[in-house]
Amino acid sequence: MLLTGAEIVVRCLAEEKVEYVFGYPGGAVLYLYDELFKQDAVRHVLVRHEQAALHAADAYSRSTDRVGVALVTSGPGVTNAITGIATAYMDSIPMVIISGQVPTAAIGQDAFQECDTVGITRPCVKHNFLVKDAKDIASTIKKAFYIAKTGRPGPVLVDIPKDITIAKAEYEYPKSVTMRSYNPIIKGHQGQIKKAVQLLLDAKRPMIYAGGGVILSDCSEQLTKLVRTLGAPCTNTLMGLGAYPATDKQFVGMLGMHGNYEANMAMQYCDVLIAVGARFDDRVIGNPADFARIARKIIHIDIDPSSISKRVKVDVPIVGNLPDVLDDILRLLDGSADRPDQEALGEWWKQIEEWRRRDCLKYKQSDEIIKPQFVIEKLWEVTKGDAFVTSDVGQHQMWAAQYYKFDKPRRWLNSGGLGTMGVGIPYGIGVQLAHPGSPVAVVTGEGSVQMNIQELSTCKQYRIPLKICSLNNRYLGMVRQWQEIIHGNRYSESYMDSLPDFPKLAEAYGHIGMRIEKPGDVEGALREAFKRKNDLVFLDFQVDQTENVYPMVMGGKGLTDMILSSEDL
Amino acid sequence: MRHVISVLIENEAGALSRVSGLFSARGYNIESLTVAPTEDVSLSRMTIISTGSDDIIEQITKQLNKLIEVVKVVDLSEAAHVERELMLIKVRATGKDREELKRVADIFRGRIIDVTDSTYVIELTGNTSKLDSFVGAIDASLILETVRTGVCGIGRGDRILRL
Repeated sequence: MLLTGAEIVVRCLAEEKVEYVFGYPGGAVLYLYDELFKQDAVRHVLVRHEQAALHAADAYSRSTDRVGVALVTSGPGVTNAITGIATAYMDSIPMVIISGQVPTAAIGQDAFQECDTVGITRPCVKHNFLVKDAKDIASTIKKAFYIAKTGRPGPVLVDIPKDITIAKAEYEYPKSVTMRSYNPIIKGHQGQIKKAVQLLLDAKRPMIYAGGGVILSDCSEQLTKLVRTLGAPCTNTLMGLGAYPATDKQFVGMLGMHGNYEANMAMQYCDVLIAVGARFDDRVIGNPADFARIARKIIHIDIDPSSISKRVKVDVPIVGNLPDVLDDILRLLDGSADRPDQEALGEWWKQIEEWRRRDCLKYKQSDEIIKPQFVIEKLWEVTKGDAFVTSDVGQHQMWAAQYYKFDKPRRWLNSGGLGTMGVGIPYGIGVQLAHPGSPVAVVTGEGSVQMNIQELSTCKQYRIPLKICSLNNRYLGMVRQWQEIIHGNRYSESYMDSLPDFPKLAEAYGHIGMRIEKPGDVEGALREAFKRKNDLVFLDFQVDQTENVYPMVMGGKGLTDMILSSEDL
Repeated sequence: MRHVISVLIENEAGALSRVSGLFSARGYNIESLTVAPTEDVSLSRMTIISTGSDDIIEQITKQLNKLIEVVKVVDLSEAAHVERELMLIKVRATGKDREELKRVADIFRGRIIDVTDSTYVIELTGNTSKLDSFVGAIDASLILETVRTGVCGIGRGDRILRL
């Protein structure tokens, strides 16, 4: 069947069962938009800035197991999208980005709205393509989806010059893809898996450390079974929250720079550590030399060989798809005559309970001023722990991670790797469209929220009833916190004067705004907001300006070198 | 430690920049990089000379393998292998230097492939240190220009890198 390039692109997206494309039109993609207009299989969501299109597609993917799709025009369309692409890349989110390009003959001529898209995006995509012939469109898009969601997932960009969208070609969507240069490993090495199982059974102080890989590969169930079978403590990384139920007694909390005391201590003092889909990054284990100070056996399961032994030497590396490897481990554990050493485990848990009694997340409640932690605790209560929560980046992000107890995977969305301020609202858009009718809370701050505030308009157009909980402390709080602790209270450019009246701003966009100033009003406001199922409500919580996030491990310090409260300073 | 890394990669536009971009983005060192199509023109073969600790070289090979267009990666320096580099060197050859340069070229098994009244172009192949020695053996003031291909390498005997 002879079709134009633009028709082929839209057919391919429909073939991939793409529900939403998040994008913004422009000159180079006019023919693509014309084809989108003519059909209704694929719905388009018009954002107000390309960055938000990427974040929304990213969130759509994070909250489901599907590939997020974004469509942007050439030049500034692409450069605006870069932050969103890099954000997805750092957190291994499967996405396909279609970008327009100037006509083939104009490439390299410094044409209007031209940029070297393949060159600019190369360091922040899993792979990218420039399509030079309409007959290659279908096979390229098929490959893009395949590469995005297999192996370690990631964003894949397909750059299509305008003349290629006009040219005609025979269309047939390929049924399958084979690439001699790309064959992700699925099964783990059986010898290594056996070794791991024996180590786990012989452990006196086992510890399970699970990251975003568990969420991305949908194996929370297997992880939970492993934790229960071993009777061991489990910690989740910031990206892994929800992989293991946070309200379970074997969960010791998030670990890392702002991790729980008991989680960090157990990481340091365990004798066998199994890392599942996590990468020992700098925010998680602090100084690697200090971490290596205490001998422990480390088992590391990851689909990406380059994540293994990158920062921490590993004793038993297992490269493979997590669900497959965990299935193998569970089968061997079930079949083994050996059982975990109950006596040793009893001692280990006694130690952990002692650490837990430090109650590292306690904070001083106040009747006068709203504590930011209190807002998150109430948010958890009011939503019965069952909301989708997106966050921006900063103190509020850490408080949300610490105080909202995620029991299910894919409920917590934040920019963990790149740390991109401004993801909150666009993430909310992507999640809400993927889960219509579900409560979606955006935890943000007055700094981050202004980085994509224009998306309130998108929310109006598509009736996206987010509950935006802004912890407004009039400071770029995390910067302020570091300046207080490291820079002698010199608050260089971290105070924001002339903030807008956020409730009024929300109203200007056609939404509901509330300002909450007293601790006694927090719960009522949240209940009222969530009762309004069809309205976006912007809750501007005026919170304590000087509250800090604790525990805290300073950059470059060891994991157990924790500041537990301001009294430790 | 110096390593010789061989890469089989799809012969497609932009493949080279993916490799060189990887090295610069992650701060890895490249001493030389050569690339050309193989007998199967759909594949290119690169030889990369890099230095780094064992951990870094391990990361380099893993990261190279992660590139979608990379088919195979081998660290040739892990076992017996042969390395060769080609140099073309243009020298001022007048008077008594003409005879002397010819003699030194012969000793190094170089060939004079272009002659004018006042210059020679000498072609020399060998491993890096042989080429360096040749450059050191002739009077530096006579060297007009040099061009080197960078190292290409191949495993000895039964070690074969192909699909």
